[in-house]
Order: sequence, then structure tokens, then C-alpha cells
Amino acid sequence: MKLIVNDREYEVDADPEMPLVWALRDLVGLTGTKFGCGAAQCGACTVHVDGQPIRSCVTPVSAVAGQKVVTIEGLTGKVAEAVTKAWTALDVPQCGYCQSGQVMAAVALLTATPKPSDADIDAAMDGNLCRCATYQRIRAGIHQASQTLEG
Amino acid sequence: MRFLAPKPSPQLSPALSRRRFLVLSGVAGAGLTLGLPIASAKAQPAASAAQTPFAAYLRVAPDNSVTVLSAHMDMGQGIYSGLATLVAEELGADPAQLRVEGAAGNPKLYGNLAWGGAVQGTGGSTAIASSFERYRRAGATARAMLVQAAANEWKVPASEITVERGVLTHRSGRRATFGELAERAAALPVPADVPLRDPKDWTLIGSESVRRVDSADKSTGRQTYTIDVKLPGLLTAVVAHPPRFGGSVRSFDATAAKAVKGVVEVVQISRGVAVIAEHTWAAIKGREALKVEWNLDTAEARGTAELMEEFKRLAAQPPTAVAARRGDADKALAGAAKVVEATYEFPYLAHAALEPMDAVARKDGDVLEVWGGHQMPDLYQAKAAAIAGVSPDKVRLHVMMTGGSFGRRATPDADVIVEAVECAKAIGWRAPVKVLWTREDDMQGGRYRPMYLHTVKAGLDAAGNPVAWKHRIVGQSILANSPFAAMVKDGIDPTSVEGVSDSPYAVPNLTAELTTVAAGVPVLWWRSVGHTHTAYAMETMIDQLATAAGRDPVEFRRALLTDHPRHRRVLDLAAEKAGWGQPLAAGRFRGVAVHESFATVVAEVAEIAMDDRGGFRVERVVCAVDCGVAVNPDQIRAQMEGGIGFGLGAILHSRITLTGGEVDQSNFDGYEVLRFTEMPRVEVHVVPSAEPPTGVGEPGVPPIGPAVANALAAAGRTARILPLSRGAQT
Repeated sequence: MKLIVNDREYEVDADPEMPLVWALRDLVGLTGTKFGCGAAQCGACTVHVDGQPIRSCVTPVSAVAGQKVVTIEGLTGKVAEAVTKAWTALDVPQCGYCQSGQVMAAVALLTATPKPSDADIDAAMDGNLCRCATYQRIRAGIHQASQTLEG
Repeated sequence: MRFLAPKPSPQLSPALSRRRFLVLSGVAGAGLTLGLPIASAKAQPAASAAQTPFAAYLRVAPDNSVTVLSAHMDMGQGIYSGLATLVAEELGADPAQLRVEGAAGNPKLYGNLAWGGAVQGTGGSTAIASSFERYRRAGATARAMLVQAAANEWKVPASEITVERGVLTHRSGRRATFGELAERAAALPVPADVPLRDPKDWTLIGSESVRRVDSADKSTGRQTYTIDVKLPGLLTAVVAHPPRFGGSVRSFDATAAKAVKGVVEVVQISRGVAVIAEHTWAAIKGREALKVEWNLDTAEARGTAELMEEFKRLAAQPPTAVAARRGDADKALAGAAKVVEATYEFPYLAHAALEPMDAVARKDGDVLEVWGGHQMPDLYQAKAAAIAGVSPDKVRLHVMMTGGSFGRRATPDADVIVEAVECAKAIGWRAPVKVLWTREDDMQGGRYRPMYLHTVKAGLDAAGNPVAWKHRIVGQSILANSPFAAMVKDGIDPTSVEGVSDSPYAVPNLTAELTTVAAGVPVLWWRSVGHTHTAYAMETMIDQLATAAGRDPVEFRRALLTDHPRHRRVLDLAAEKAGWGQPLAAGRFRGVAVHESFATVVAEVAEIAMDDRGGFRVERVVCAVDCGVAVNPDQIRAQMEGGIGFGLGAILHSRITLTGGEVDQSNFDGYEVLRFTEMPRVEVHVVPSAEPPTGVGEPGVPPIGPAVANALAAAGRTARILPLSRGAQT
């Protein structure tokens, strides 16, 4: 099966039902995408497929064969830079385990909606759990990144 | 902010300052490495130092990097950044040249001084208190040696050399980096009793500009956790555990499991049956195909409803122990002008850290390596050594950054670590094995915050002053049947009653009683431990008394805290910043709580908005914290914000229940925690202080529950059965 991850092609020998998160982590070797729940309940495994954020823990690898998958390791561009810069400046992460997913969700939001309202942020981020409850700084980070992109 | 010199902390070993630091320069080109000698620094030969390469607090390398070796695990609380700040302050380093690694395996070097120093560990919000002096001293000693090396090299007096942001300079224009001098400094004798900087000269401790050491890696996916460990030939195992606590394997049939492509072995281990595979998905599929017959003869068969009924029955009987008694509460209650009472029910709670429990084990020759969240490394080292049949000094622990813990990784029986070592052993050590718990395994794996029942009766005199307090707690002991069972004295597990038995409120007659119940559900400390439930009962009851006395809740507390200036200070600060007493919009209500835990005092004012369907939202929380010297003010705020969110999710939503001995919840749909849209606006105010620093990982948690409950009470709703999502309460 052919997987396109971060603009590179990988040939993986995987059960078609294998969730994408395990294909990425165990077969491709990209461990920035995290396993949190296996049931689309927490968002830690969020990656982009053709630009859209998806939960890789419930997405069979066969469903994305041939599509462009982007993981945290492959994020590039102005929006990604603005988000990671804001995250670092505000010291958003605590344990950091959910933050790959948070950053992927935030980048998808800001790519589609460069000036999100708080309601836009709520809608985009409510599926991403953070047990350290860094939510307040995540919100501030998204607003700060948005301002950077404007300026 | 000006700091006075911190008083010597009682937690700091007085012997520490007299000891000398040892140069460990056994590895060629390693530069300057500082550790603490075990006996005499002078007698310590370099060869022995080379044999203990991890026994050190910091390394200055020729590449100009400074690596701090942390005695404490970082599970997100930011201790790596805290220790880096302490070292950089004294060393004169540029914070950007610092990195931090976890260290383990030598309690003489890394013992937790707040626990007496005999064992290494992270918990009880002690890390900064434990290491405030020793890491500064390591930095100061390294700086003195680097300065001396420069003085020798440049043939100038050491006193003429200045150090700033990692560069040593002399007015003659000579300059050198730490890296350039590291090896020459390492050859010098280690100076004794190097003075620490005067707190008024601190530039990094207390600074708002110091950032975390790990934010960039954690924002880009580069930070690695135990789950990410990569080793040649690494296999991954998932374990089938008994469906009820106390069960064991009777027999199993691995035929179908072994037929799953990628499954390598199916082995019985002490805690269940492990399916070991080439990758995670094969292990999961293999476990689905595995058939296990369990022996549940002695397993816990009760559900939480039956257990709570038993707690209620026991609460009506004499207690098994009295944890505190002053005056005569019964007599005072009999003579009280007004008596208020309440019964509280607290559920089992799962830690549910986002990185599920995991560990990696590999044995090569007679050396066993274990990667994991080593929150209690000495215990884990001993357990792993016993399984592998090697001496503990042959066990190398790799302390990984951990994706949350909240207490769960400090499990005395070393559950997931035992599983990893047993799996690797079961396959003859032929490959390294990672054991990964799925979310369901993690949620149903036990080690919960215990379920508790509190009954409280309190009385006011005719003037509205509290004169009597009778408090009974029923629940399981965390410490009993653990390696810490000796801390249970006269039948009192201090973690069951802390926050009640030592209440600061000046109530003349108080009795705190405890009935300890045995149950098969494994329990553990959960971020802020006993204070998770005691603060809730104490602080809602105090509010109830204030209401019965017709007095303002802040003023009522102040009057009872005249001997506790730190409590009054945070209470006043939170009240002032929250606009306590000022009118609120319709449908808005405020509640306050103040509580000390782990020597840190925190007050929180919660503001809630009721909706027209009987629901509510916590809109704003104002927090004031006194934790002594503020090493990293922004990280103190971060821990308060996080503690408030963590505690709020629990009181709103979280509970583990059992039916017929089986856990009902399995994932975040059944066990709900705080989500993004529920996070209130949190403002944190740190009280300026020159006292020795205390911890902040846990103390933000206890006040949020009662602050919200008190706001609900102001809205006419009582909340005594948690979580609040269980609906209407009387």
C-alpha cells in the first residue's frame, strides 16, 4: 500500500484496517502524532489529509492511500510557523503530549479562517483534550498567531 | 520584586551545604561534570566517578552546552525548566544553552530532600523545595571552577573576572565561553562552600522573561515520550488484564492470537497475558483474538453502589480511628445555637493522563535498561532487578518526559514497568519490548483516587461563631498495603484526613474521625491527594456556616484565620482582584475557597453564570497563590491554570463506577474531563514572598471544587454528591 506522508511516498505492508496512527508511528516511524484514546475522543492523533484535520486513530490506513497526509513533522508554511512561534512564546505546553494534535487543529483552523472569533476557536478546538488544561493558553496562542499572520 | 535571603528550609539537609561537590571527569572530553560526593570528595577517585556517569547534577560540555541532570521527573509541571533556572542563575549561563535530562539510580545524589533524602521521587509538590539549594549550589560551584580556570589561563585574579550569559570576561579584553574552559575547569580541585548569590542580585529566579526549556520541542512534535522510544528490533505488547480487580489467569488459548499477522509471542505474566507483536496494531488485534479463562474467585465483585451503601452503614457506627480531637465537639454541638450538617459523596477518579501507561525494557548482557515515567525510580529499579535476577546497580533507568501523570506514574507496585520487564524476560531477552496500555486498559486499570463519604456536623454559638465541628470520613487507605504502610499510624492514613485534621480554622471543639474500609479496587494518590475531597467538604461547610450566621464568606473566614497570615493574604488578594462584594449581572454568582496543601496556600474565587435551564458555566476564576519564592512566575501561573482546569473537570464530570466488580467507563466518552469550551477565564496572582519555595503542581486543584460549589449555593443549589453532572441534588 502506498502512503504519501509529508510529500514523501512510503510503501507499507499494512492490514487495510490498521488505523493510520499506527501506520504513521510504527511503520513509517513518525512518532510526533500521538495515540491518546483510539476512539476519536481526544484529538491527540490529529493529522491533515488533503488539508483537513482528521483523527488518525479511527481512520483506516486504506482510506487515505494515495492521499496527501501531513503530520506535525511535515508542517510548513507561514501559518505553521506563526502557531509554533506563538506556542513557544506563551509557553502553551505543559506535558505536551496533546500538543501535536492541538497544533494540527490550530493550523487547520487558521488556514481556513485567518481571523477566527472565539466561537470559531471553540468549534475547531473542542475535540482536542488537554489533561493539563492548557486551554486558556491555546486560545491565546491562536489569537496571537492570527495577529502575526495579519501583520 | 525584591527578595530577602531565604531562610534555611527545614526540608534542606543541613549536611548538604557542608558537603563538597565532586568533579566527575572520568570520560575524556566530557568537560566539567558536577555531582555530590557520597563520602569525602578528596578521597573519591576519578575512576569510581567514571563508573557512575549519571551521578551528577550538571555537565558543561566543550560544545558549550550545559546539561542539567534532574532529580525529578517532569510530567508537565515544568520542573526541568525550574532546575534549569536555578542552575543558570548561579552559573551565569545563557538560559538558551541549557538542556535538561532526567537522572536516576543513585538516591544519595538524587534523593528527595523534602522526604528526608533516602529515596528519589517526584510527588507531593516537593521538587523545587527539595532541589532549590542543591541545584543552585551545583551551578555556583561550576561557575567558581570556570572562573578559576580562566584566572589560571589568563594569569589574572579570579576576582577580576565576570561571567555573563555563558561568557567569562576580563577587563583586559580576554573572553572565553564555558565550553572553551570546561575541560581545564574539570581538572581543578572542587571548591567547598561556594557562596550563593544574594537574592537581590537574582536575574533569572523570579523573572518573567525566562521561558520553559521544552516548549519548542513540544510545539513541533520533537519531544519524545516513552511511547516514542525506538530501538532496533523493538516489539510491542498489549496485555489482557483480568476483568475484575484481584482476578488472575486460569488458562488461555493463544491459537487465534498467534494466527494474527505480526504477532510474535503470547506469554503469561504476573498480571495477565501479554500479546507481543511486531507493531501495536498486531498486538491489539492479537489480544482481540486471545481467549483467556480468568480465575475470579477472590476478585472484587461489588459495585460502587454497594460500596457506597456500606460506607453509609459504617458512617453510622463508631469510627476506626480518631485523627484529631481538640475540645469536646459533641458537648459543644449539644449546646450550639445552630447546627448545620451535610453528607458528601466523592467518586473514584481515574488520572487519565493523555499518554497511556507504558514502559520499555531491554536486557543486553547483564545490564537491564528500562524506559518509562520513573516517578519513584528506586522502587522501580528494585522491582526490575528482582525480575531480571540482576543487582539493582545493573538496572539503568531512562527517565522519559511523561505525557501527564497526576500521580499515576508513582505507583509503588510499578505495574506497567513490571509488565515490560516480564515480557522481555518471557521471550528470553531476545528483543526489547514496549508495553502499551490502550485507553481502555488505562481507564480500567485501577489505582484510582479513592471513593469517600464524609459526614459533617458543625455548630454556631448565639453570636454566630463556630464552636463545634465533627467530621467523619469513610473510605479506603492509599498507604495501607503499600511500601509506605509505616506512615499509617494508629490506624490513621494521613492522606485520608489531611486538610480536615489539620484545618487552620479556629474552631475550639473539633473531632476528625476516620473509618478505613477494605475494598478490592486499587487506589492511589491523584493530584493533591486527600485535599481533593477534604477541601471540598471543609470549604463548602465553612460557607454553609457563614450563611447560617448571616455573615459574608470572606469576612467569616478571615475571622477564623487570625493565626494564619498566609491564608488571609491569599484570601484578601483573590477577593480584591475578583471584585468580591461588588454587584454582579443577573444570573451570575460568586463563590470563594481557600486551602493549604503541600505548604502552599491558594485562594480561588469562582464566578458562575446560571442558564435558564438550570445549568451553569464557570466563567471566571481568580486565583491567589503563596508558594514562597517564585522561581518561575509564569510557570506558577501555568500550574494554577492547569490545576483549576483539572479540578474543575473532575467536579463537573468525572467518576469511575463499578458494576459487579467491573469498571463501567472505558474511554473519554464515559469518563468525561474538562474540554476546551468549558475552560473558564483564569487570572492568577502570585504573592511576593522571600520564604523558601514550596510546590505548585497540586495546590491549585483543591479550592476550585468548593469555590464553584459555593457559587452554586449562592444561586440556591447545593452540591454534595460529585460529580455535579449527576444532576439535581438536594
